[in-house]
Amino acid sequence: MNLFATPSQLRKFGLLAMNRRNLDFISSYNDRSLYPLVDNKLLTKEAALNAGIAVPDMIGSIETPFQIRQLEKIIEGYGQFVIKPARGSAGKGILVITERDQNTFYKPSGAPLSLQDLKRDLSNILSGLYSLGGKPDTALLEALIEFDDSLTKYSFQGVPDIRVIVFKGFPVMAMLRCSTAASDGKANLHQGAVGVGLSISSGKALSAVQDGDLVESHPDTGERFEELAIPYWEEILKLTARCYELTGLGYLGCDVVIDKARGPLILELNARPGLAIQIANQKGLYARLQQVEGLTEAHSIDERVEYAIREFGE
Amino acid sequence: MNSRAQVYLFAILLLVLGSGLTFYKHNSLGFPLTPGELDQVWTIEASVNFDAKGDSIKANLALPDLGGEFEFISESFSSSGFGFDSITEDNGQRRVVWTKRKGNGNQQLYYRLQLVQHEDANRTDKEPPFDEELTAPEWSEAAQGVAQSLIKKAEELSADIPSLTKQLLLQLNDPKSADASFLHDELPNDTTGDLAIKVLTEANIPARQIRGLALVEDRKNIQADEVLEVWGGESWTPFTPADAKQGFPPGFLVWQRSGISMLDVTGGENSRVRFSMISNYLPSKSVAMNSPSRSHVPLLDFSIFTLPVDKQNAFKSILLIPAGILVVVIFRVLIGLKTSGTFMPVLIALAFIQTNLTTGLITFLSIVGVGLWLRSYLSKINLLLVARISVVVIMVIILMAGFSVISYKLGIDELMGITFFPMIIIAWTIERMSILWEEDGPKEVMSQGFGSLLVAVFIYLVMTNGYIQHMTFNFPETLLIEMGVILILGQYSGFRLLELYRFRSLGKGL
Repeated sequence: MNLFATPSQLRKFGLLAMNRRNLDFISSYNDRSLYPLVDNKLLTKEAALNAGIAVPDMIGSIETPFQIRQLEKIIEGYGQFVIKPARGSAGKGILVITERDQNTFYKPSGAPLSLQDLKRDLSNILSGLYSLGGKPDTALLEALIEFDDSLTKYSFQGVPDIRVIVFKGFPVMAMLRCSTAASDGKANLHQGAVGVGLSISSGKALSAVQDGDLVESHPDTGERFEELAIPYWEEILKLTARCYELTGLGYLGCDVVIDKARGPLILELNARPGLAIQIANQKGLYARLQQVEGLTEAHSIDERVEYAIREFGE
Repeated sequence: MNSRAQVYLFAILLLVLGSGLTFYKHNSLGFPLTPGELDQVWTIEASVNFDAKGDSIKANLALPDLGGEFEFISESFSSSGFGFDSITEDNGQRRVVWTKRKGNGNQQLYYRLQLVQHEDANRTDKEPPFDEELTAPEWSEAAQGVAQSLIKKAEELSADIPSLTKQLLLQLNDPKSADASFLHDELPNDTTGDLAIKVLTEANIPARQIRGLALVEDRKNIQADEVLEVWGGESWTPFTPADAKQGFPPGFLVWQRSGISMLDVTGGENSRVRFSMISNYLPSKSVAMNSPSRSHVPLLDFSIFTLPVDKQNAFKSILLIPAGILVVVIFRVLIGLKTSGTFMPVLIALAFIQTNLTTGLITFLSIVGVGLWLRSYLSKINLLLVARISVVVIMVIILMAGFSVISYKLGIDELMGITFFPMIIIAWTIERMSILWEEDGPKEVMSQGFGSLLVAVFIYLVMTNGYIQHMTFNFPETLLIEMGVILILGQYSGFRLLELYRFRSLGKGL
């Protein structure tokens, strides 16, 4: 393989690159005043609940150092939960507890944490270690998703989540992010998670990529990706399409998880979704964005999903 | 107008304004474009000497007419006990008049002039002679005959008036010529130039004497040099009488043209004027700043050069920062290199400038390395972020002190420059790197750390470049150019260099 692609190759491919994403899509379609709603997961959650969009259950939130002392009380009776910074980015500062034995907590990897460790993490979150610009932050405690059996086998330790890029309300591209041993249970592609491109029409796997190379099966569980089909696919598309009305952001990344009992839930929203989805799909995003950009008349949510299934399916 | 067009318009406006002002400053105000450019500044002293007879004294000296290749810098009149006034006569001639009620004995008066010599030197005078009818010189019949024979000979050997003049001068300078010797003996007080003028007048050719100074290093106590000008019908052609060469001697400062006296003294006798000259080289910029004809330009009156020197020095490094920022923008937008903290590389580079590159890199790496190691302990204890950062800052200060003392004891003075590193920035770097290490692993720390250092080294190279330092300080207008370039880069929506690597797999098979 060549060490570099030529610009003309990438242009032909229809690659959306960082500068164009920032200039022509994020700064053109995403009004800055709308950012706080998606950058703060607490606000996202409230807005989604008001709009009737399904989100993971919340156990509580911690806003002041004083409340950290009440942690024991808040998590009483919860054996599994997730601690998140409300303004964290790129999955930073998220602590997942999958097992609890009294006051010893276990991460998905099996590493034990004391209550003191949890409190330290909370204090880090509140002082803004993970937030953009180091602003003081709020910590969120959420119920752990019991994820759907059909996806369990494609993930090592972490929650497999579905990223859908929604442009002007149209779902234009989607992928499944599967954590691996190499990614330490995290679903970030640049840390070694597998990205699986998904057909917009069916939710079936198109291609799977780890560290830029095509893979056939999950490196840890050995499951072949060609059999992968996301359940509730049309529901997921509608759910993500609705996030356009919810946030007003033209260029949006929606992260969806599928709960065993509740079905698809919006995990979080992102006003600056990354570009790796194109590697997972082996498909450039730019042409699809331009196609949607060319549409002039207003569409309902159902029309937009229909259009996406018709135009962007494979 | 859409926003992109607006940005381009604005950027082009800035570029035009910035380069226009730079060009103006270079061209019209003489600011040099390269560092170390020097101008030759001449100091010319005219000393007037005469014996006073005890009555009221009035000494009147012609002053040179500046222009063309010479630029006036300053002049001064030194004359103890004399009142002085500089006047401009109706014909445009500037003169200085020294006056004193009573004086006795030898008197010395000085006029000192400073000027800069520039390159262009086309000073052909096209003003026609004042009198059409020339009054014939009064000389003996024999002399007149000799003069006419000289002209006849010269006419035979020449084609026009300039070449005739040249032939005449050659004859007058020829020691073997009997005619020339006769004239020299007949009029012993006349110089060759004076004689040539008389002979030319005899032939009804207008000619005149110019007195001035050929600027040559270290001439002392000399009389003014003479140049002969002859009217060729359209313009005056100068000749050096001594060697019959056409044209002014190189670097000739015209002091006085004929018809105007060089020095008039009333109330004194044995008056004479002597000249001395010396030149030295001054930076072109200080010449430009001091020249009276240029310094009252608003661009300079309200420039940072009017600030006190220490403030100017502060601006010297501040004005370099945009150049560093431009490097950061290029690395981010065109290359796509990740750095930890957008402008941290600029600050590191500023520290490198103080310490020099190698020692700067060594001290930076060692302090961050040791800091990261100490910081890893802090991860284990429960601390609020502000408290932890503060502890890291103090740790950094202790490390700096420790490094300085150790390096001093070991005799490695270079490492003492460690104090120039911005410690708060280093503390934050350590903190962020440490978090990055925990979250994304050492690989990411290495890649971001390497990125930051690489950019910092580039910025260092840019900021220590003598030419860039010269331009940013002497032409702050380049700020506008930098801003324009950054505006244009801010509109770049193409691929970054590293994206060609990141997405290399997508390019294949097409």
